[in-house]
Amino acid sequence: MTVESGAATTAALTLNQPAPDMPDQAGEFVQLLTPEGERIDHPDYPLDLSAADIRGMYRDLVLVRAIDTTAISLQRQGELGIWASLLGQEAAQIGSGRALGPQDMVFPTYREHGVAWCRGIDPVKLLALYRGVSHGGWDPKEHKFHLYTIVIGSQTLHATGYAMGIQRDGAVGGDEAEAVIAYFGDGATSQGDVNEAFVWASVFNAPIVFFCQNNQWAISEPLEKQSRIPLYQRARGFGFPGLRVDGNDVLACYAVTQKALQAAREGQGPTFIEAFTYRMGAHTTTDDPTRYRLASELEVWKHKDPIERVRAYLARTGQAEPEFFAGVDAEAKQVGARVREACRTMPDPPPLAIFDHVYAEPTSILQTEREQFAAYLDSFEQEGAR
Amino acid sequence: MTTLTLSKALNAGLRKALENDPKVLIMGEDVGKLGGVFRVTDGLQKDFGEARVIDTPLAESGIVGTAIGLALRGYRPVCEIQFDGFVYPAANQIISQLAKMRYRSRGQLSLPVTIRIPCGGGIGAVEHHSESPEAIFAHTAGLRVVACGDAADAFAMIQQSISSDDPVIFFEPKRRYWDKGEVDTANGVAAALPLDRAKVALEGTDVTLLTYGPLVRTCLESALAARGDGRSIEVVDLRSLSPLDMDAICASVRKTGRCVVAHEAPVYAGLGAEIAARVTEQCFYQLEAPVLRVGGFATPYPPSRLEDYYLPDLDRILDAVDRTFGY
Repeated sequence: MTVESGAATTAALTLNQPAPDMPDQAGEFVQLLTPEGERIDHPDYPLDLSAADIRGMYRDLVLVRAIDTTAISLQRQGELGIWASLLGQEAAQIGSGRALGPQDMVFPTYREHGVAWCRGIDPVKLLALYRGVSHGGWDPKEHKFHLYTIVIGSQTLHATGYAMGIQRDGAVGGDEAEAVIAYFGDGATSQGDVNEAFVWASVFNAPIVFFCQNNQWAISEPLEKQSRIPLYQRARGFGFPGLRVDGNDVLACYAVTQKALQAAREGQGPTFIEAFTYRMGAHTTTDDPTRYRLASELEVWKHKDPIERVRAYLARTGQAEPEFFAGVDAEAKQVGARVREACRTMPDPPPLAIFDHVYAEPTSILQTEREQFAAYLDSFEQEGAR
Repeated sequence: MTTLTLSKALNAGLRKALENDPKVLIMGEDVGKLGGVFRVTDGLQKDFGEARVIDTPLAESGIVGTAIGLALRGYRPVCEIQFDGFVYPAANQIISQLAKMRYRSRGQLSLPVTIRIPCGGGIGAVEHHSESPEAIFAHTAGLRVVACGDAADAFAMIQQSISSDDPVIFFEPKRRYWDKGEVDTANGVAAALPLDRAKVALEGTDVTLLTYGPLVRTCLESALAARGDGRSIEVVDLRSLSPLDMDAICASVRKTGRCVVAHEAPVYAGLGAEIAARVTEQCFYQLEAPVLRVGGFATPYPPSRLEDYYLPDLDRILDAVDRTFGY
């Protein structure tokens, strides 16, 4: 061993020491339904949901998982270029998504398929993005659900600016009050944009909820590569409340989000919610989690499944009959089949669509490129080569 | 007509925009009480309030990112980036978000955001305060990129940019802020030249000199000096850097047969390269000489005691003009 390589080894050892005083990242959280399906009351979060509401959430959870499973299969069959699975995060998304009022605005990442479902977006439009047919084909204004943002954390600033617009429109307080929810993950909390969004939201007291799904992994990097303190505690440093919720508990996610949205609508400013959950699948279909995490970790989280606990609760308390569960399962099959068929038969856009919607009106330079390319394509048609 | 400095003309244009449309907002660092470090927004917060003229936290990505959100809500934000070299922290928001949102949404979303950037050198500043990053933004589809060169254009173009439903990167030649010009502030901008059009700043017959922003004045001075040598230079102020007004550019080059492009930004992979390629393609049979470029060197911006060597001045521009007659 040379002197140089010895020095490098020592340096590497020093750098790889764990951070001192690492607190327990699991810790306490708001929970209203245990993994075993036991209802727990929380003094700050009384629940206003009927049995029908909870059955509806169960249906949501099952259907979005079915859509997700279908999409993964379609990617494996070559029908999608890639897919970002929400497996394991269904409760965080359905709970927070069902807490939204129709007037509230959502700024998602690229994994918010469950929230999109709650906003009435046809899942086929989500698949269109991952198939490469569009960059996001739904109407963000109609659904009050912005387009998926792929650069990590960028949308948190858009959400904050939108919330500042709500303030300027006088839509804080009163019956017409609105709020914004910004979704992001644990990795995103390291992004400058997310931290800038916290600063802006705080100093302008913007009506926004920052909903962080801490799924423990930013592709291959575990949470300790992002933070030495529990993420929700960061909010305090920015000057607004932060809390942690069991992200696999759909009832708790609903309750904490509803309360935070209401506070925002009433002019009390931002709240940071850390939904403590787990990404059960790969980051995307291109990823291989066996390279960086242990199967035993997955086993622990399987026992905290977001769907099973709702099923157990509904069944045991007699709020749902076996026919209900069978009906939901049948519907999940139908939805999967419909999505699969729609994806496989989805046409590609015409080639000249490349040139559309770059500007409000096409520039002369763009117009020329379009005409030249159209003529080039036509030349093949005339030669009979296509 | 009123005589105004370029910065006062911008101020008057911003004031008009704020008056004419309640959705127009101004946001940036120090734009409120201070009126901006160059005083371009002087007095606007006093008259239009803190909700419309917003002193933001000190983070450029935050300024542009929240402006995007405000635009999605129906507002027309005008962001000030304090100096050219400070725009890069906002590059992700400008290039990946602002420029692409219309395309991403298949035309369902418009982001009418104007980003004002004082640009260029010549004021003896420290590093990062003298740059010309226009080519980066001209290379980004979805953005309009413009540069004003005189007070009258400053007044009209800032209003046209704010009215545009496309995002506009608006370059202001900082060393020309104090240059005076005649501005028609009484009339609206309806009669003004459209934002995407170049203008002939000085007619000539022998060679076309294409320029924009801070070098418009330098090129006009060069043309006047060349008259003494019996050489007639036509100066075209491009005004719009993306899209380029190729009709106006080619009309001038076909007339003169010679073309020089002058900008402060480095020549290498700069706007001049795109212009030279297009002029060569479209005016090949009328050209008497290759298109020549004069501009900054392929170096970072130097310490300010050297900037007079770095920036194209009258002599370097006329040297390039002379060289086009050597073919």
